Amino acid sequence: MSRVFMKGCEAIAEAAVRAGCRFFAGYPITPQNEIPEYFARRMPEVGGSFVQGESEVASVNMVYGAASAGVRSMTSSSSPGIALKSEGISYCASARIPMVYANISRGGPGVGSIQPAQMDYYQATKASGNGGFQMLVFAPASVQEAVDMTYKAFDYADRDRNPVLILADGVIGTMMEPVTLPEMKTDEEIAEIKEAKKAWACIGHPLDYANRSWIEPGHWKTADMQRANEEASRLYESWGKEAQAEEYRTEDAEVVIAAYGISARIAKSAVNQLRKEGIKAGLIRAITVHPFPSHAFEHIDYGKVKAVLDVEMSIPAQFVTDVEAAVKNRCPVETCLCSGGNIMSRDAVIESVRKILAK
Amino acid sequence: MKQIYARTKTIQEDKVSGFCPGCMHGTVMKLIGEVLDEMNLVDKAACVLGIGCCGLQMDYMAYDNTTAPHGRACAVATGMKKANPESLVFTYQGDGDFASIGLAESMSAANRGENITVIFINNGIYGMTGGQMAPTTLIGMKSSTSPQGRDAKEHGYPMHMCEILNQLTAPAYLERTSCNNPANVMKTKKAIKKAFQNQIDGKGFSMVEIVTSCPTNWGMDALKALDYIEEKMLPEFPLGVIRDQ
Ligand SMILES: Cc1ncc(C[n+]2csc(CCOP(=O)(O)OP(=O)(O)O)c2C)c(N)n1
Ligand code: SF4
Repeated sequence: MSRVFMKGCEAIAEAAVRAGCRFFAGYPITPQNEIPEYFARRMPEVGGSFVQGESEVASVNMVYGAASAGVRSMTSSSSPGIALKSEGISYCASARIPMVYANISRGGPGVGSIQPAQMDYYQATKASGNGGFQMLVFAPASVQEAVDMTYKAFDYADRDRNPVLILADGVIGTMMEPVTLPEMKTDEEIAEIKEAKKAWACIGHPLDYANRSWIEPGHWKTADMQRANEEASRLYESWGKEAQAEEYRTEDAEVVIAAYGISARIAKSAVNQLRKEGIKAGLIRAITVHPFPSHAFEHIDYGKVKAVLDVEMSIPAQFVTDVEAAVKNRCPVETCLCSGGNIMSRDAVIESVRKILAK
Repeated sequence: MKQIYARTKTIQEDKVSGFCPGCMHGTVMKLIGEVLDEMNLVDKAACVLGIGCCGLQMDYMAYDNTTAPHGRACAVATGMKKANPESLVFTYQGDGDFASIGLAESMSAANRGENITVIFINNGIYGMTGGQMAPTTLIGMKSSTSPQGRDAKEHGYPMHMCEILNQLTAPAYLERTSCNNPANVMKTKKAIKKAFQNQIDGKGFSMVEIVTSCPTNWGMDALKALDYIEEKMLPEFPLGVIRDQ
């Protein structure tokens, strides 16, 4: 384990390499360019491949191809580029191809702004492409967490044969923090993963091979398609236990903030400041945004809580719909929002909490 | 009695093809199977199918394959070959797939000189979706989205993919063949063989463009379609080796 000072994007790339990722394809878009740039330097050192695709569409499909061949593979982009990648992601989900991708998200919609934002929540958690598939979506609030999540994401992707998304905003992607890097998987370990888990890979097999590889991102027969979707649905249901949240000073809280990613980190410092002033604020931070950690909202004492405050860098608010569903009308849900590349301010959060308590 | 001809092992025994009568997708599929067999490459074959009638092969072939999103076969093949250079990676794509929606992926893979093989089926029309105009539709040729016939002023001219890719430095081999008569079928087989051999030899991007018919959407019987290839398609798409380096 080595401790280094690293930029979020580069740390994500290094974590992926250490997890055994040996294929990356991407296309430049701010604020995630350091990811492809890092892979371009690093892949040759570890015997992997980097391709700068001609577009996001092409690069995600290169990942579809490489992952179909049984190699741990990744792509990354930022919001408008992720919209283009939705084609390939949907194909991977349908064909049950494990892959990992990161959205270092920026303002939207459209080309939006290149500043950090959390405008892709619905896209990330509800409809990352056509066809109603779902994915595990991790939302790091620090560079360290981005590293740990990326490292593990490949295991989840392989386990489920499904894409996994690291949803980080431009702040996480571009800031530098000290991080502890995970162990580098050895070539033997990487080969073992491929041997043990990927007999289905499309690499060329003898005709009498039992696990004949037909990678089909769809089915002609409606019965087959329904069966495949039922199987996928059972997989999604099994993810209930993967829902993760950080519950911070919520036991006696009168206002509970709900947030994810960088907003949650800013909200946490608001909670600390408010607590110093004797104001009972707490925080539920969604670590996975899909599945949504509803369980954390069951631990709140609704006898004490005046309101849950949704804090997010999106206007209109999106995360709030999942928060409301989890709160189930047991107390009001208020919002503290910013958008268009403005970063959430701690003071705005504090002000919102004060307003709730003054009511 | 000595058996001199048999169904290629690469086509599943229990399957009956669903291609229309006279469609050459089946012919080319058989040729690919025979070549793989003769070159002893079946165990390495990793086919990337395009979307369209070409994709129907998924149900009949016996070797490894995957289906790419519409137009992306060359990108999928790029990833597949880089991830596993041991496989023989080839795409099988129609003209809508390769030359329209996938033009960027096709040209870029060719420009990078990816060590893959492209089998490009030029039947001048979108088959599966019911006969709409393709980039390869001939001037004057009727389709469901050019009901008065393709008009150059409105729709542009037929695209010649071999010649377009020949502008690039990287491709190793570009040949246009047809399957309209036995001699041309044999030439197509030879071309496929060469394109696969190029990949084994690490020469880089090879493409065989095969001029074929779509009797169903051309609104002709199978024999008329053969005449149409000879009289109309081949003057526009001349056969031969365009690049061999
Ligand atoms: C993104 C996307 N757009 C459109 C389609 C619909 N579609 C299916 S097959 C096809 C045409 C294929 O034509 P071609 O590549 O010429 O192949 P052929 O059927 O003639 O073999 C189209 C447009 C699709 N499947 N995906
Ligand atoms: S529609 Fe055309 S291309 Fe498709 S199977 Fe029939 S003849 Fe062949």
